[in-house]
Amino acid sequence: MLSIKNLHASVEGKEILKGINLEIKAGEVHAIMGPNGSGKSTLSQVLAGNEAFEVTEGEVTLNGENLLDLETEERAREGIFLAFQYPVEIPGVSNLQFLRTAVNAMRTHRGEEEMNAAEFMKLAKEVSKQVDLDPSFLKRGVNEGFSGGEKKRNEIMQALLLQPKLAILDETDSGLDIDALKVVSDGVNALRSEDRAILMVTHYQRLLNHIVPDYVHVLAGGRIIKSGGRELALELEEKGYGWLGIKDEETADSAAN
Amino acid sequence: MATTDQEVNELIKREYEHGFVTEIEADTFEPGLNEDVIARLSAIKKEPEWMLEWRLKAYRRWLEMEEPDWAHVGYPKIDYNSISYYSAPKRKEDMPQSLDEVDPELLKTYEKLGIPLHEREKLAGVAVDAVFDSVSVATTFKEPLAKAGVIFCSISEAVRDYPELVQKYLGTVVPHGDNFFAGLNSAVFSDGTFVYVPKGVRCPMELSTYFRINAANTGQFERTLIIADEGSYVSYLEGCTAPMRDENQLHAAVVELVALDDAQIKYSTVQNWYPGDENGKGGIYNFVTKRGACIGKNSKISWTQVETGSAVTWKYPSCVLRGENSVGEFYSVALTHNYQQADTGTKMIHLGKNTRSTIISKGISAGKSSNAYRGLVKFGPGAEGARNFTQCDSLLIGDRCGAHTFPYIESKNKSAIVEHEATTSKVSDEQMFLCRQRGIDPEQAVSMIVNGFCKEVFKELPMEFAVEAGKLLEVSLEGSVG
Repeated sequence: MLSIKNLHASVEGKEILKGINLEIKAGEVHAIMGPNGSGKSTLSQVLAGNEAFEVTEGEVTLNGENLLDLETEERAREGIFLAFQYPVEIPGVSNLQFLRTAVNAMRTHRGEEEMNAAEFMKLAKEVSKQVDLDPSFLKRGVNEGFSGGEKKRNEIMQALLLQPKLAILDETDSGLDIDALKVVSDGVNALRSEDRAILMVTHYQRLLNHIVPDYVHVLAGGRIIKSGGRELALELEEKGYGWLGIKDEETADSAAN
Repeated sequence: MATTDQEVNELIKREYEHGFVTEIEADTFEPGLNEDVIARLSAIKKEPEWMLEWRLKAYRRWLEMEEPDWAHVGYPKIDYNSISYYSAPKRKEDMPQSLDEVDPELLKTYEKLGIPLHEREKLAGVAVDAVFDSVSVATTFKEPLAKAGVIFCSISEAVRDYPELVQKYLGTVVPHGDNFFAGLNSAVFSDGTFVYVPKGVRCPMELSTYFRINAANTGQFERTLIIADEGSYVSYLEGCTAPMRDENQLHAAVVELVALDDAQIKYSTVQNWYPGDENGKGGIYNFVTKRGACIGKNSKISWTQVETGSAVTWKYPSCVLRGENSVGEFYSVALTHNYQQADTGTKMIHLGKNTRSTIISKGISAGKSSNAYRGLVKFGPGAEGARNFTQCDSLLIGDRCGAHTFPYIESKNKSAIVEHEATTSKVSDEQMFLCRQRGIDPEQAVSMIVNGFCKEVFKELPMEFAVEAGKLLEVSLEGSVG
């Protein structure tokens, strides 16, 4: 489904990704782990088309189509979804209006009829329950005054509504207490399906206890330095990033989380 | 983000929808202003002697006044003798006729502007006074309103038919000498709307005036007077558009509102005068004095304005809160783009006990425009227990526009309470990225973000206008990604 070949990307002239190679097939769940500053978040932003990052080399295809040629919104309509690490607020725009606009943009793209307000309300209420968000959140401004956990649940709710082909989760576990982590993980697990791939970016292994990946990759210095199965994450947790010869100032804290 | 600011600016490239010209035979004065011109104007309108006297007094006063230059706007000096002070479509009688007799060309014009003048269809619940250049061409729903005792007519008719009411209130809220543009208007005002709502009457429908400038080289100087007698209620809307022309045109209106005991006036404006082209050529100079007097106790005047048009705007709808417990409100959205300049805000003058006022101002600046909020909150010695809340928010789109806030507070009463909040924000790259990542078109995203920013004001508009205003912002924000 997604094929990344020798991807180089930089921000403000500084190269962050230095040759990423990755193949993801439909139905698979991949986890990208790595210390801070390794390029994990950059990879998710580049795939989603954030224009702050410049791709200097390499290619990315989604189902054979050149992804890098597409605008951000076109990528989204082709099925790329990014759950943001720090979702931004849009004051005065209700979550409901925002979500319906998004869902209808996708539907229009697929040649389907737009959903009217009543139909959408019904759907959104159902999905909000799935991530344990009170339907009153639908009427509030997008992420306006949401707690960290509520923002993350709101992101997963959007993934469930938009039904992407590839869901990229950028540090979706950060800032979540154990109960919220469970709710978010259940939401992500509900997304798992044969025709959908999931790419999780995380610093810590604990998320992987809830969402069990098929593959684990370790990213360091802008390159994938090791790939393996589920057991690689466990090994990393036990031995720390230092085991792979990577410095990580936060590894010591990870046990506390 | 390297290009986004630029892109967002591209998004708000606008097409002005109402820029067409109506081909119609008109009686137009030669440019120039003197006492003879004013006498001719008064004669055409078959005005009584006192009205002409009133005009001439204003004119003599105006000659001694100076054009204000304190606003945060710049424009070339206006030659008041190069403007024509009267232009009206030709017709047999100088009175608004029944709708069947109105020139079909004019009916078509209003149809095209989305303001059908027949008493049905889209605006079935709204009575319209249609002002075309210097005259009122039609007023709808006069009969059902008259049954309720409501007078809704052009100000020219009111001068002839209700002289006692006009004489009693005209110029009491905005006197001749108030300011330069109000002085000019008092001398040469040509038409506008008059409303009187009698005691205890809740006006059965929305009243509105649609102002259209059509003729070239003319100025439009309308005068509106609304009186809400004790315990009455009226909601009034105004809209305005003009053709696209390379020359600037002057629009200097005066609006006076009077609310007696327990009366309430809700006044809403959607101002969409031609703003000039993307290089700042042409457009309307909108120099307007709007003021309401809450004379009676427990009276309330509420101004809501959505300002998207005009090359230069100079406008401060205000409330004089004289009656005890009277309430003044000002809700404003002002959008400037390209080279538009707006200096707008309000004055809340608290004179009576326990008077309250609320000011919510939302300024949106894009392109190379300049958008200033200027507001005065004043408490007189008698304003015991008065309070004001002010919130001024500015939203910047791109990095070549300007937003300014000039709040003035004067208090002569220690018990008065004033709260002021101000914010400035930008349509952020992160917000745009979030919307686009969810598949939303960039232009739809900007429009959604801007509408969200204006929400507190839009909810104050009557339903028909709220939809209109939302659409107007969408049109204003229309364009393609660069």
